[in-house]
Amino acid sequence: MVGGALKGARYGLRDWLIQRSSALLAAGYSVLLLARGLWAHPHSLAQWQGLFHPLAMRLASELFLWSVLLHAWIGVRDVVMDYIHAPALKLALYGLVILLLATYGLWGTFIVWRVL
Amino acid sequence: MRVGSRPSGQAVAGSAARPRPIYLNLLAIRFPLPAVVSFLHRVSGVVLFLALPFALWLLEQSLGTQEGYARAAALAAHPAAKIVFGCLLWAYAHHLLAGLRLLAMDLGFGLERRAARRLSAGILCAGLAAAAALAGAWLW
Repeated sequence: MVGGALKGARYGLRDWLIQRSSALLAAGYSVLLLARGLWAHPHSLAQWQGLFHPLAMRLASELFLWSVLLHAWIGVRDVVMDYIHAPALKLALYGLVILLLATYGLWGTFIVWRVL
Repeated sequence: MRVGSRPSGQAVAGSAARPRPIYLNLLAIRFPLPAVVSFLHRVSGVVLFLALPFALWLLEQSLGTQEGYARAAALAAHPAAKIVFGCLLWAYAHHLLAGLRLLAMDLGFGLERRAARRLSAGILCAGLAAAAALAGAWLW
């Protein structure tokens, strides 16, 4: 196409797909954890740790963690985009959010794999 | 003043001089239910984002040591903390349900006005009910 037909950054479809698939993954994990929690009904540290202990559960938790972080990035970016119009402030906020989410990712990974 | 209560541009006898709104006064607009659900979806999303470090901290504490577990349990027993946890449970439940509504809309469901209203009312109620049930099961 020549002319004005190809304007925009064209990251819309990719972000839409990431937002939706990460949401489904997180929703699935929520149901899984809720079911396990209701089933086991942990009342001690050992039982509480046992909920997150199996390898499959750790992998699921890690996937959940990164799904939530990617999902949060797209959501918060959209909110910032809607309300903050000064370019410098907008970019600064993007940077801050990325830094925070990356930190949460490393922190969460540490928690997931540390469980005894 | 209600904005948009009459199709704009339609001349009504005697009210031709009726001033049209030149700005959007959020307090004057009556929001339809889907708009309320959608707005709360955004609000709950921001709340959950802000709650992330506290959730991670609590998880780290409670899963780490016996002292941390006891500290987390003591915190969860505090009345003020229960209110905060209850609100966060609602934010999670509402965000999840309102998100499923968006997925349904992607697939073409719930677009017609009556269906959209009914679905939105259902989501508002279900979100509150889910939060109340979870809070009742774990916090009280």
